Amino acid sequence: MDKFGYTISKGRQINYESNDRWVADYIYEREPSFRLCIECGGCSATCTTGNLTKFSLRELQILIKRGENDQVRLNIKKCMLCGKCTLVCPRGVNTRNIVILAQQAFQKSNDYAI
Amino acid sequence: MIMQFDPFVIPFNIGLYFIIIYVVVRSVIWFRELSRPDKLRLQRGFFGSAFALSIKEIFLESLIHRRILKTNLRLGYMHMSLAFGWFLLIFFGTLEADIFGAKHLNAPYKAIFFRFFNPDHGRMGFEAVYGFLMDLILAFILSGLLLAVLKRFFSSVVGMKKTTRLKTTDKIALTSLWLIFPSRLLAESFTSGAYGNGSFLTGSLGSWLASFLPAQQMAYPFWWLYSISLGTFFILLPITRYMHIPTELFLIFMRNSGIKTGDKHGTFSEVQTYSCSSCGVCIDTCQLNSSAGIDNIQASYLMKAIRNDDDASDIAHNCLMCGRCDQKCPVGIELSPIRMIQRRIGESENDMKNIYKGYFRSRQSVPIDLPGTTPNFNFLPESETEKADVLFFAGCMTHLTPAIKNSMIKILDASGVNFKFIDEHGGVCCGRPLMLAGKDREARELINYNSQLIWKSGARTLVTSCPICYKVLRESYYLDVEVLHHTQFIKRLIDEGSVKMNFLHKKVVYHTPCDLGRGSGVYDEPKAVLKHVSRLERSKFEDENSLCCGGSLANMKISYQKKNRIALDAAAELTKGNPDILATACPLCKKSFSAATHVRVADISEIVAEALIVPAIKKNINNQVSTIKELANIS
Repeated sequence: MDKFGYTISKGRQINYESNDRWVADYIYEREPSFRLCIECGGCSATCTTGNLTKFSLRELQILIKRGENDQVRLNIKKCMLCGKCTLVCPRGVNTRNIVILAQQAFQKSNDYAI
Repeated sequence: MIMQFDPFVIPFNIGLYFIIIYVVVRSVIWFRELSRPDKLRLQRGFFGSAFALSIKEIFLESLIHRRILKTNLRLGYMHMSLAFGWFLLIFFGTLEADIFGAKHLNAPYKAIFFRFFNPDHGRMGFEAVYGFLMDLILAFILSGLLLAVLKRFFSSVVGMKKTTRLKTTDKIALTSLWLIFPSRLLAESFTSGAYGNGSFLTGSLGSWLASFLPAQQMAYPFWWLYSISLGTFFILLPITRYMHIPTELFLIFMRNSGIKTGDKHGTFSEVQTYSCSSCGVCIDTCQLNSSAGIDNIQASYLMKAIRNDDDASDIAHNCLMCGRCDQKCPVGIELSPIRMIQRRIGESENDMKNIYKGYFRSRQSVPIDLPGTTPNFNFLPESETEKADVLFFAGCMTHLTPAIKNSMIKILDASGVNFKFIDEHGGVCCGRPLMLAGKDREARELINYNSQLIWKSGARTLVTSCPICYKVLRESYYLDVEVLHHTQFIKRLIDEGSVKMNFLHKKVVYHTPCDLGRGSGVYDEPKAVLKHVSRLERSKFEDENSLCCGGSLANMKISYQKKNRIALDAAAELTKGNPDILATACPLCKKSFSAATHVRVADISEIVAEALIVPAIKKNINNQVSTIKELANIS
């Protein structure tokens, strides 16, 4: 059928209710300070990796909490664990442990597909 | 008629022969699992001076416990009385049985139960003097045992804040150990009481007991108890912490032969794990315990978890790696390297697992994900750098403390060396944080990147401001440049006369960073620099005994609040003398302490930069033309 030059784009809606937030739960259980994040972005601003490539811990934390794990899985191993983010965090979030735990969670689930 | 045998010696004999066979089998297994170079080292050590050294060390450490005596007199006395006392008792007991017994070269039980088989012995002359000696040794052991029992219930008796927690088999073994000497005392006393002899201890106790008890009949059960407790102790020995008694001998000999822990599980790390006697010195020295109240992760608990095959991952990662316990360990176990091995588990190829209810251990392959199908850090840019004589690598942490960075640039500029700041616009991490997390393979990628950067520059000297980078640059990089911490570099500039400084009339106390001091053995240069520019005061925590600021990157688990508590306590200790400046040589220490004290915290480079007399003309040996121009401008 003729579409008169228009296409129907795929839905860009994200249904957070149906997302599986098991990575977030895994981290909450082991590092309670994960809840303290106010998403200020201090960690991303100081990040050694972020200086060289597109990597934002702030974004990844938000994605983990939303349960959008695919994006996280692709990027989380870029972290160099240098620890600057932990030092600049105004809320005292143990950001390094969050990265390590997220890596662990993916490793345990055996779908570390990079 | 002298008796030669009695059924009660059977438990002791079973235990004794079991432990002898076990130790022989175990040492054969250990020897077989050694790597080839280590085997050669051991063989060379056996026929070399290492053997004599080991005998001396075994006497001083395993028997006298000199190092525990130095740290804690009462605890040392407790260990010494039990170890050295028991040794003397066996030694003189064997001599006694040989000299006074029915015949020479007796079975071991004859010496141990000498009084039972020779009840009439020791009435007069030399025999009585010898009996007095034996009683004295027994009294020596019993005094230590009394301390040990008290320590178990009130650890402050021996001057300790905390003592180690035990598992069930440890408790049974402990009880049997405690029973050995009192039951010997009672058995000998009753026998002496029945025969009316014995020296000051067994004799007097015996005659008193015999006054209201049937000594002849009472003695026999206690001889049984003595034998059973010895037998039980020997049989439980391999699966309890008391395995350290035979293992420590191997450890001392292996160490003197030049064997090192390395970075994988092996015989030496296992021998060290079993050499831990859970004395608890590491618990009292740990700042996580004294300041942050984390009391279940100390080295002796790690050793125990490894021995028992418990999950040691949390214990291994919850540590500042400050190395204070390494320094204090009376057995000299390389605790931090063992902890690092434990952190790598899952990443390394083999792991040890207990088989046969803990009496033996065997290697088990751990499946690991195969190395780098795709590298993690493929985003790293092409490494390019200009040629220079001296490289300055600030490191991630220095970028968080710009004052240190700027001071270093000021000093380097003033010194006139041809330098290049390689990570001026934010470089790549040195790799140590990844190594501390047990991710050596990932760390290798970063190390390769930085190495290339350094090679390409053609420099001969690499200066870094961060002790964390300094340690890894020295230990894990394969570089042909000289790696210096900035304090060493400044010391050299001062010695050469390249920089001139004013004397600051300020009272300074110096905090030795863990990775610089205990980690890399740099103690003197920072203090020499500080003495050159200021009034350096001594603190209670100098050199090997220095504190940790709590900010260490090695601890993955600790919360911000607990880190801060450690920093507060450490800063309070260091600033007791009211210094003007709390000096340190590490950006991370500076950051931790700044938040924990009102005293000004400064890195040595900042103090030096403050005292620096900046030359009127910028020295630059490589750019002679510009120097001439500048000179022309001035004149």
